[in-house]
This record gives sequence, structure tokens and C-alpha cells, in this order.
Amino acid sequence: MTETTTQPALRLQDIVKTFPGVRALDGVSFEVMPGEVHALLGENGAGKSTLMKVLAGMYQPDEGLIFIGGGQVRVANPMEAKAQGIVLIHQELSLAPEMSAAENIYLGELPCKSFGRVDWKALYARSNAILERLRCRFRADALVADLSIANQQMVEIARALTVDARVVIFDEPTASLTDAEKVVLFDIITDLKAQGVGIVYISHRMDEIFTLSDRITVLRDGAYRGTLTTAETDEDAVTRLMIGRSLDLSQRVAAGEVGEVVLEARGLSCAPLYEDVSFQVRAGEVVGFYGLVGAGRTEIAETLFGLRTPNAGTILIDGKEVTIGSPQDAIRLGISLVPENRKEQGLVLGMNCRDNMTLPQVGDLTTGPFVSGGAEVSIFDQYRDRLAIKTPSWRQPVGFLSGGNQQKIVIGKWLSMQPRVLIVDEPTRGIDVGSKSEIHNLIRQLAGQGYAVIVISSEMPEVLHVADRIVAMYHGRVMRSFNAGEVTEDSLVQAISGIGNGKAA
Amino acid sequence: MLLTRLKAGGPAIAKQGILVAFILFMIVFSLASDRFLSMDNVMSVLRQSAIIGVMALGVTVVVIGGNLDLSVGSMLSFATVLVVDLHDKIGPEMAIPVMVFATLCLGAINGFLIGFLRLNSLIVTLGMLSAIQGLVLIYSGGQNVDIVDQSGTWFRFFGRGAILGIATPIIIFALLALIIHVVMSMTPFGRKVYAVGGNPTASVFSGIPRSRVVFATYLISALCVAVAAIILGSRVMGSQNNVGQGYELQVLAAVILGGTSLLGGSGSIIRTVLGVLMLAFIQNGLILMGQPYYTQWLVTWAVIIIAVWLDVAAKRGRLFSPIA
Repeated sequence: MTETTTQPALRLQDIVKTFPGVRALDGVSFEVMPGEVHALLGENGAGKSTLMKVLAGMYQPDEGLIFIGGGQVRVANPMEAKAQGIVLIHQELSLAPEMSAAENIYLGELPCKSFGRVDWKALYARSNAILERLRCRFRADALVADLSIANQQMVEIARALTVDARVVIFDEPTASLTDAEKVVLFDIITDLKAQGVGIVYISHRMDEIFTLSDRITVLRDGAYRGTLTTAETDEDAVTRLMIGRSLDLSQRVAAGEVGEVVLEARGLSCAPLYEDVSFQVRAGEVVGFYGLVGAGRTEIAETLFGLRTPNAGTILIDGKEVTIGSPQDAIRLGISLVPENRKEQGLVLGMNCRDNMTLPQVGDLTTGPFVSGGAEVSIFDQYRDRLAIKTPSWRQPVGFLSGGNQQKIVIGKWLSMQPRVLIVDEPTRGIDVGSKSEIHNLIRQLAGQGYAVIVISSEMPEVLHVADRIVAMYHGRVMRSFNAGEVTEDSLVQAISGIGNGKAA
Repeated sequence: MLLTRLKAGGPAIAKQGILVAFILFMIVFSLASDRFLSMDNVMSVLRQSAIIGVMALGVTVVVIGGNLDLSVGSMLSFATVLVVDLHDKIGPEMAIPVMVFATLCLGAINGFLIGFLRLNSLIVTLGMLSAIQGLVLIYSGGQNVDIVDQSGTWFRFFGRGAILGIATPIIIFALLALIIHVVMSMTPFGRKVYAVGGNPTASVFSGIPRSRVVFATYLISALCVAVAAIILGSRVMGSQNNVGQGYELQVLAAVILGGTSLLGGSGSIIRTVLGVLMLAFIQNGLILMGQPYYTQWLVTWAVIIIAVWLDVAAKRGRLFSPIA
């Protein structure tokens, strides 16, 4: 493929991994050259994580070969992977929070003096050296629990640098980083690359992939779909390969007639989280709440859903003042919340699709004292078809679905309650590009059908794409409201940040 | 097809595993002792297992809801002492409802502390374990209680009676198991218990009154203890102050053996019944084989460890694993 005589740092050949009922990897081949950043792309459920787990020794492939530096190896467990110089930096951090950064960095191989005593001096000296190399501003004796998420991630990366890494795998590393922190991370990746380390970079974010990578390999449905040289391709080509069709983010489903005000907040406060927030949502429109993480948007949603008690202000439904003391009250008033964190707040992962979907109304779907399975299945079927949820059967535990389909189950759960107000918090977080636009279109359609919709999002393209009006928040206060037609990216960025820190769309 | 089903329901493997182990034990014991599978012996094992069994039903509900109940042992002491003591004082027709009410109050304390104040269930029920034991001693003044007219009272029916030749405790156990199984698998309440145990936060976000559901699971557990106390009191016609001591562990063992996950959200009543029976038959089989009674504890321990191991191994996909 590439014209070079050096051996790949890592090569996978025809890897097959099956789980009962699922062919998670179907003959996938993949290689990384020393000093190359090779991006791995695919929708959720395409097999990226499985492939990485095979590499890191957590799973054993059923078929296929793994070569490291030209020699064939068998990676039986994560310790062996590490010994071979393969380091995986997890999407979810795996640090011991009550230990110091240094202890975490050298966890499992703390430098020792005689009688197995830890050589603290050496430990801190070495750790500080690594942290300096990463341009970290904290010291090695800092407690991990006291560090920001971004710095915790740096500790994780520092840990990778203690071994003589041949291949470093980054799994969605920027998910929780600010723009400034991303720059540091990209510098580190560039450094590693210059040292001849092979980098596997997994991400959903096209801009990052095009900034960083040399080559892009795309997986779809567990199968290899092709490898592109980054310099010779564009986002459109990659997206097509990934989802099998082209996407146009600028097309937008037209909403229907905008009707009466359904939900109104007047001077709503829940100090210190947010203060003096007023807004109206009409039937048939999408109001986007845009702001940085911590701007108080999620807390407003939780207040509207009865999970927080406001300390001032009023909420009106159809012009009548209401008290929402519990989620049950909110549901009765026709307010639904698709929460920010699908897995923790939205779904019971071990429960099947149908039961998750009917959970809020299971008490009403009865014949006599018993739950009517038939009524449940018919609701499930209806929303599976309407939302195009892909699952082999309603019996499938929801944890086995991809992120996009899981999100659709949560949306279906609330649509089946026939709500008037639908609040969607970060609707596409951790969801691949294909499902993302599907969910955006869905939100537009719902507004068209007369729902009053609130979308909370930290992604500017998302709010610009779905919202009719945008409420910009900063530090718990509404800074400005915009109509979709008149908003500019600059004015939005200014509104949500006192520091003028914006991300290009 | 079978593989898909196993994958879809991790605990399904545990269920099959338990069943296989159960059958193996039955075969081994029946070869070792010709009395083992005799009608007399089977009936007596079933009858003896009823008390642990009835309690295990309630604890299964609590565990599916994501909590523990270690207070059932001393709650059984309390309930049995109370019903036996009141039997001669106010008559069985009053003693039973009073005892049931008092036991439900104890369950309500558990439920309030764990459901509404959201305290850790291990700590709360461990505390209740000793607090209730203290309560029993205060009530009885340390005296054991007996029913005077043991052959004349209709109260004897629950522990010593029979319907169509089947001992009453077996019938009570079977009926209660059936009722709770139906409640857990077919009613909205049961569904909510599974949801709360599986993911309490998501349950709240779905409008389920989590606190009330947890509260209710402890009432069910207490109710089961009350039923067990009726059987025990009626069988013995008297009660020591510490009669239920250690029962909590046997009950929990049966629940775990039945494959109900201590993490909550999964498990089943029928499997708990299987766990109860297995424990009972193992203990009985060992005695028939002439082993001293305390060997049953070692064997029970080994069986539970193996059962739990196979269960997690099935979920992880291999027997030994450095990662969860």
C-alpha cells in the first residue's frame, strides 16, 4: 500500500471475532507504520472497540494473525500487550482516584528499593520528568481525584509513555477535553510520531482526523471497508465509506406551523446553578439551549422534569402556573426528558428493548393486575418502525445496541407517552455521524408534528441545524436569544463565552 | 439459536448450570443412599426447606431491587417469639395479625432507611440484625416461650398439618413462591423492581418512584419472614430467643445459588426455589451418607463458590480473567 521498506509497527491480518449471534469482526486487516497516525473510523457498532480489545489482549481473535514489528505474536492478555509495546489509552479513564499521579503512572511497576519498599524519590523524579515532557502543569504527587478530567487523561497518557511504546492507541481521546487541552494532546501525538511510534487514533470527529492522521481506515458492520490516504481524500468520501451513502448536513427538514406557547419559564432560578432564566417554547418549534458544559442548561432541564426544586420563578404550561415536584408530575403535565447520559440515566442496560421503552407507562399497560405483553409489543413495534430502530428483536437487552439505536429507544420511550414538551439533552453525544443526522431529522420532524421541543447541545453545528430559536447561556444566565435565520457563529460564540473561546463549525 | 439465547441472557447459563449441578447431586446421593429418593425423605426435606425457602422468596425480591436484607434471621426470631408468646395470651386468631403487623413495621424501618433516606442496605440491615435480636431479648426477658396446649390449637395446622397428604409448610412455600413469581414477572410492580435494581438513576428519569419501590421490597421481605415465623412457631410450638440466628446466611446462599445477581436487576423467584431445594438436598444427602452435620457448611460453601464462579465466567466468556 505505502511505498516503504520498513516493517509495519503493527499489522493485523484477517481478524475474525464472533460473539454468540454476532460476527463482531469479519476478516479485518489493519496496519500502522512506525511514525504514522492511522485513524480508525466507523459508526458505533462497526467493530472499532472490539478490534482494539483484540489488540490490547482483552479478547482473543477466533481467526487471523497479529504481527508486531514484523514478527507474528499472540496477545493473550493485557500484560502481554503492554510487554509488546502496545498501549491502549481508554475512552473511559481507568485510574485509581485516591492515589497520586505518580503512583498511577507506574501502577504495577513501582520502582523498588530493598525489601520491596517503594523508592518514592525515584518514582516522583521519573513521573515528573514524564509530566514535564507532556507539558503538564501539575506535579506527580497530586492526587488524581483532585485533577481535572483533562489532566487525568494526561496521567493516562503518561502511563503509556513509561513503557517503550511501539504502538499507542487513542480511543476517543478528545471527548472530554477543552480546545486548549486538545492542542496539547495533538502536540504530544506529533511528538510520539516523530519518535517513530505508530499511533492508532479512534474518533468520531472529522476535523481532528483530517488534522492529525496520515491514513484513514474505515470499518462498517464489523467488516473492513477500505483505507484512504488522508491527503488525497475529503470528509465526504470518508463519510460515504462509513455509512454507505453521502450526507448533507445543510439539508434540514422544514418544521410545520408554529403554534401557541406551550411551556414558559419566568425568572426561573436554582442558584447557584442558574439564575433568572426566562424563555418560551411554542408548539411546533425547536428551541436550542447552547452553551458550554456547566452553563446550567442540564439543570434547567432537570428542573422542568421535576428533579430539582427551583428557588425562585415560575413555570407555566399553556399559560397556567404549575408546580413540578417530581418526574411523575412532569410526565402527567406532558413533559419528557431524554437525558444527557444515555447509559446512566436513560436506560436499564440489562433490560430488553421493549421493557425499556414502556417503562414509564408500564403501570397503565395492564389487563387486570398483569402487564399486557401484547400491548407493550405493539407500542414497541410502532416506535421501532417510526424511528427505524435496528434490533434483531424486542427481546434484545438494550446494552447490546449501538449508541444511536439506544438513543432512539430513549426517544421512543418518551414519544410513546404522547408528551407535549420534549426536552432532549445532548441528543447525539457519542453517536456516530450516520445516526446523528437521522436523530437531527427526527427532532425536526417531531417539531413539525406539533411537539414543543427543547434541544440542549454543546455542539454549534447541532443547534444551528435543528433549532428555530437559540438561547445562549453562560454561567447560569441567559445571554441572548437568537432566531435561527439571523444568528451568526461569531455572535453565538461571543454570547456563550466570557473568554471568546470558540470552536469552528 | 441456543448460543444466542445464552448470550442474550447471561444468567441463563447460571440457571442451566445450577440445574445440571442439582441433578448431578441428586444422582450421586441416590446412588450413595437408597433412602435419599424415598418419598418419606423427599417430603421431609421439602418440609424442612420451607422456612428458609419462604424467607428466600422475600430476600430475592429485595436483591433484585438492588439491595440486601441481612436482618431476616433475627426478624424471624422476633416474629416467632412474638406469635408463640401471644398465642396463649390473646389466642392465635389475634396473635397472627399482631405479629404480622409488628414484623411489617420492622420491614418498614428497613424500607424507610434504605428507600427514602437512601442509606446503604448492608449497613442498615446488619444493624437491624443485632438491634432486632436485642428487641427480642427485651421482649422475652431472655425466657424461652412455649405454647401450653400444643395438641388442641388449630395453630398447629401451619407447621404440623397436611392437605391431601402433603405437609402444610410445603404447600405454603409453593403457593407463596407462585404468587411472588407472578408478581415479579407479570405485574408492573415487578417490572419496576427489576428496573430500580438494574439502574436506579434511569428508573428515576423514567418517572418510577424509586424510594417507594425499594420500601415495598422490604415490606415483602418482612411479610415472608412473618409467614416463615408462623410455620416455625407452629412446628416447634415454642421458640428460643435466637431461633433464627444464622438463617440470613442460608437464605442469602440459596438466593445466590439460584443465580440472582447481588448487583440487582436480574434474578428470578423460580431459580431461588431451585437454590433452596439444592441446599436442602445437599445437607440432607450428606447426613444420610453419615457425614457429621457440620460438613454441610463446608460443602455448601464450595457449592456456592463454584456456582458464583461459573456465573461470572459465563458472563466474561472464560473461566479465568484478569479483567472484569
